[in-house]
Amino acid sequence: MDEDKMGMNRTGVQMSPIDSKAMQELAPTVPEMDGEQALSELRASYITEADGLGSVPLPGTFKGVVSSGMTMLKGESPQILLDKLGERLAFERTGTRLYEALVCKCEIILDDTISLRLDDLRELRNEEQRHMLLVAEAIEELGGDPTAQTPCADLVGVEAAGLLQVVTDPRTSIGQCLHAVLTAELSDRAGWETLIALADAQGLDDMVIRFSQALETEREHLGMVETWYNESLGLSYGDVDLAASALTGARARPLNT
Amino acid sequence: MALSLLNTKGCDLDRQRFTWRELVQTPISKLDDDAFTRVRIILMNGIETEAIRFSHLAARCNADLRLPLARIRRVEQHQATLVNWLLGSDHSALETTIGYEQVAIEVTASLALREPDPYLAQTFRFGLLEDFDHMYRYAALLDRLEGKDANNILQSYTDILPGRPTAVEHRAPADDLRNNYDRNQAQFLSKLHCLTLVGAEYQTHDYYMHVGPQFADPVARQLYAEIASIEEQHVTQYESLLDPGESFLEQWLLHEANECYNYYSCVEAETNHQIKAIWERMLDYELGHFQLACELFKTYKRRDPAEIVTTDLPRPIEFKSQREFVRQTLAGEVDLRANGPRYVPAADESQATVTYRCHMNSQGSPTEQVAAGYVWRPGTELNRNVGVTH
Repeated sequence: MDEDKMGMNRTGVQMSPIDSKAMQELAPTVPEMDGEQALSELRASYITEADGLGSVPLPGTFKGVVSSGMTMLKGESPQILLDKLGERLAFERTGTRLYEALVCKCEIILDDTISLRLDDLRELRNEEQRHMLLVAEAIEELGGDPTAQTPCADLVGVEAAGLLQVVTDPRTSIGQCLHAVLTAELSDRAGWETLIALADAQGLDDMVIRFSQALETEREHLGMVETWYNESLGLSYGDVDLAASALTGARARPLNT
Repeated sequence: MALSLLNTKGCDLDRQRFTWRELVQTPISKLDDDAFTRVRIILMNGIETEAIRFSHLAARCNADLRLPLARIRRVEQHQATLVNWLLGSDHSALETTIGYEQVAIEVTASLALREPDPYLAQTFRFGLLEDFDHMYRYAALLDRLEGKDANNILQSYTDILPGRPTAVEHRAPADDLRNNYDRNQAQFLSKLHCLTLVGAEYQTHDYYMHVGPQFADPVARQLYAEIASIEEQHVTQYESLLDPGESFLEQWLLHEANECYNYYSCVEAETNHQIKAIWERMLDYELGHFQLACELFKTYKRRDPAEIVTTDLPRPIEFKSQREFVRQTLAGEVDLRANGPRYVPAADESQATVTYRCHMNSQGSPTEQVAAGYVWRPGTELNRNVGVTH
């Protein structure tokens, strides 16, 4: 669990200099070819022939069929909103489980080296679930089916699979888990921003207001998780801020100076 | 000191028990454990799954053996679980694949070096050069798909170079069948070698068939499809070395003896103390299985197990880099092909193989495409040409 220990990591060539040298002493007789091009050619035919992952389910209720159908006629593609609502619902649902796994780990190994408190973490978990229910309600209002898995919902499941693996691995530290949760929160913030823009484009003002409140909460989550993560690395907020300023300064500097 | 197979009682079957907690133990460290610890885990999973597979087949054909087979098979199932679950979840499927090919190379080479029968040794070397090429192709995929260095898994023990090109390994079924050993003439060690390779190759085949469809990239899906096909050929090849005249009980006895031999080899070589304790426990269990199989052999066949096995187990399998042997084999035998059970120059392949291969490769060769121009270097092939723009 001690993530920064030094030890017998055997993966690099420096750990076995004689064997590593031997590995490189034979020059393979491989004709010069463009590997990237070869892979592209193989992939191209599949990309050309590919169907999508699947469809956005049709709204099942009369109200939904009428309202979304009417909007469709205006050419405003309500299926995009339904797909993205499905995505956010799925992500918040997985996010709830992600926090539950982190709570479980923190109950056992959390110490006072970072300012994270279990109650804060449980509240974040509850807010993820509240957001999930908020989105489910919105889908129902549009006549959609919140139990259906839309294509984008399917994809965020694929994206989040690695994050869950990190947090549920008993060997990972709280700091390592926080990095995974930080990745989730960054993506979540962008997801809500997109959703608000789509709802706004459909003229769904009430939804925009509710989603904006959710976005505000997600921004707070992000700030908290980022702070805890930095603390787990021994960095204070000031250190991070200073480093970011230095980077900005370096980039802004003209090349010829 | 050699382990006495016939005179070591082992753990009584009734005392062979597990809890779920015991089945799921702390896995090895992908980063810190020695690559050969992973090699042994993968190998032993192959040995255990072969035991289960054989046991089911035997049960279908032998009413009287069904109960003892089922009792032992239950334990084998849990042994296989305990062993296979020692692999950490931070191995991607492709990284585990690299581990599988390292098993295929280093263990096959080790057995080939010790194999007393020249024809069997030749067959092992023939298969070795094909698996050696698979390693190169998968290393290219790992690099070009996931941006990872296969040597992080191999730890510099195994070369990443082309072998007999996988594209030419596709043969007609008749050209994958070899001459079987004679059960009355072959040495015990030869029989153990053949069973070890059947088990290792079978699980490799099954693993590729299982994980291949889990990849999104058609490059990976095609590569696994192509190499899984060769693994099926390899199972056919190694399986055909077994004498079909062996009775089920004789085969069972040999399977149990082989499990003992492999665990014994693992115990002797293991550097991770936690894993070594597991190997010791598994060896004790297998000795118990072997003793039970001996009793059944005596009861049903009225024969002495000493006719089949030697009193002591042979010298344990060497788990170490066989780089020089592999290179020598590569230099001398890469151009060999198979025509029926014979090993021949490329020009002498059967028409059936040539026709089959031409058709399979007629819409492109995944193994050629994935490794086009690939040269392994430490830190991946991206570790060069900094500043390249597209």
